[in-house]
Amino acid sequence: MAEQNLEQTPRDLVPTVIADELHIVYRVHGAKTGKGSATSALSRIVKRGEERGVRKVHAVKGVSFVAYRGEAVGLIGSNGSGKSTLLRAIAGLLPAEKGRVYTNGQPSLLGVNAALMNDLTGERNVILGGLAMGMSREQVRERYQEIVDFSGINEKGDFITLPMRTYSSGMAARLRFSIAAAKDHDVLMIDEALATGDRKFQVRSEERIRELRKSAGTVFLVSHNNKSIRDTCDRVLWLERGELRMDGPTDEVLKEYEKFTGK
Amino acid sequence: MSPRPSPDEGLTAAQLSAKYGLTVSGARPGLAEYIRQLWGRRHFILAFSQAKLTAQYSQAKLGQLWQVATPLLNAAVYFFIFGVILKASRGMSRDVYIPFLVTGVFVFTFTQSSIMAGVRAISGNLGLVRALHFPRASLPISFALQQLQQLLFSMIVLFIIVVGFGSYPSLSWLLIVPILVLQFLFNTGLALIVARMGAKTPDLAQLMPFMLRTWMYASGVMFSISTMMEGRSEVFVRLLQVNPAAVYMDLMRFAIIDGYGASNLPPHVWAIAAFWAVVLFVGGFVYFWQAEERYGRG
Repeated sequence: MAEQNLEQTPRDLVPTVIADELHIVYRVHGAKTGKGSATSALSRIVKRGEERGVRKVHAVKGVSFVAYRGEAVGLIGSNGSGKSTLLRAIAGLLPAEKGRVYTNGQPSLLGVNAALMNDLTGERNVILGGLAMGMSREQVRERYQEIVDFSGINEKGDFITLPMRTYSSGMAARLRFSIAAAKDHDVLMIDEALATGDRKFQVRSEERIRELRKSAGTVFLVSHNNKSIRDTCDRVLWLERGELRMDGPTDEVLKEYEKFTGK
Repeated sequence: MSPRPSPDEGLTAAQLSAKYGLTVSGARPGLAEYIRQLWGRRHFILAFSQAKLTAQYSQAKLGQLWQVATPLLNAAVYFFIFGVILKASRGMSRDVYIPFLVTGVFVFTFTQSSIMAGVRAISGNLGLVRALHFPRASLPISFALQQLQQLLFSMIVLFIIVVGFGSYPSLSWLLIVPILVLQFLFNTGLALIVARMGAKTPDLAQLMPFMLRTWMYASGVMFSISTMMEGRSEVFVRLLQVNPAAVYMDLMRFAIIDGYGASNLPPHVWAIAAFWAVVLFVGGFVYFWQAEERYGRG
């Protein structure tokens, strides 16, 4: 039975991420009582009321989709439409209020804001990042030069031996991307990472994303840059106010989206 | 909605995920699996603790010299206040009191700084926690390990001071190894507990110094509990003496100071030391693991 199913399923239709009626609700403490003074904070602690002074933000409302192996899926939508929230839920970093996310292996989320360890040198960050992702010491040693070269950190001098706090935001983002992209992920999610870095690095990272897809992974990309979505993704999910507005091939969805935003 | 026709049409999400072996994202692994994953990251834990140790003084001009200078200055301050001004050395000669005080300060600092690092282990490394997936217990364990390495630097200072005041290396110095192992387990357990609490309530980092200072003064870092509490009820003195910080300090003093005999130790001292280590380590580990899927959220 199982064999028969596998024969019927073309190779590129192996699901890697399934979102099933996913709802995500943020609870914001103390947003209603407003003042944020010491007394109101104290009364919140004393009262301990579950719902008192807690505001709920329904960020994702019933999103369902299936992503397949080898796909690059773009996520678009205006600011605050729930794109980053959805990615963090897929990565297992946010609990679902209702519904579920099923994934193949452990998805890795790569965000621009996610700093590694600022007081350590770039060199140490490469080694520690690799080890933290579960690479062995030998694998890290093997890939080290490749990661540094890819990031291009050393193109303008010996920056890799300086602490990461001395890096510009673009340099830090490049190094982080290079570390995360060094490993073959089952599911890799990138939050606006391609917006940072110079043109040369963008071209290089798009290339790497294509490689990652070939090695049987799924890539999610959140970006406000329609061009980088068009260059890297073959499928786009359009979120608006937490709801899935459209799901389809890149060109179709982007055309509608551009009409919607009035471009 | 689906962009491509699929032979799996008609299957529910749960059936589809079961068919292709997908798992619920963000679910907590079982305890045995968790320990296995953690063992897989042992190189990360070690490398992280060493990196933190060297980064600690990377902005100082004297650099790694502070590893040794910091504990030495600490001991000097306590000696000035308690030895010279308050004369807390009651019942001990100077040759015993100074090593007694320095041992106490170093051993207590080991526990104290493990806890302080533990509180911020998750809340201070949210970037790392949110960017990469690894068993979160790696962080508090790694911080406790960093403090152990820091203590080994302090031990160099300690050996010099102890020998300088006339206690020479003997067989009893071998006891240092089991004492440090037990105290390290105890510290790691505590670090795991406060790491979970600190991840949920970062305010704990503000509160902790006061609790730790109270603990320090009650543990007999700068005075001998049995001499200072003479005349108090037996139960009260025993209670102060079974306090884990006091137990590890007294054992260490017993091991390396010639004039500090077994009469200063409470009965069953090794059993108490092992009890605290095992209970805190196992309890702390399970307690930390139970919230594994919630770290880094919000």
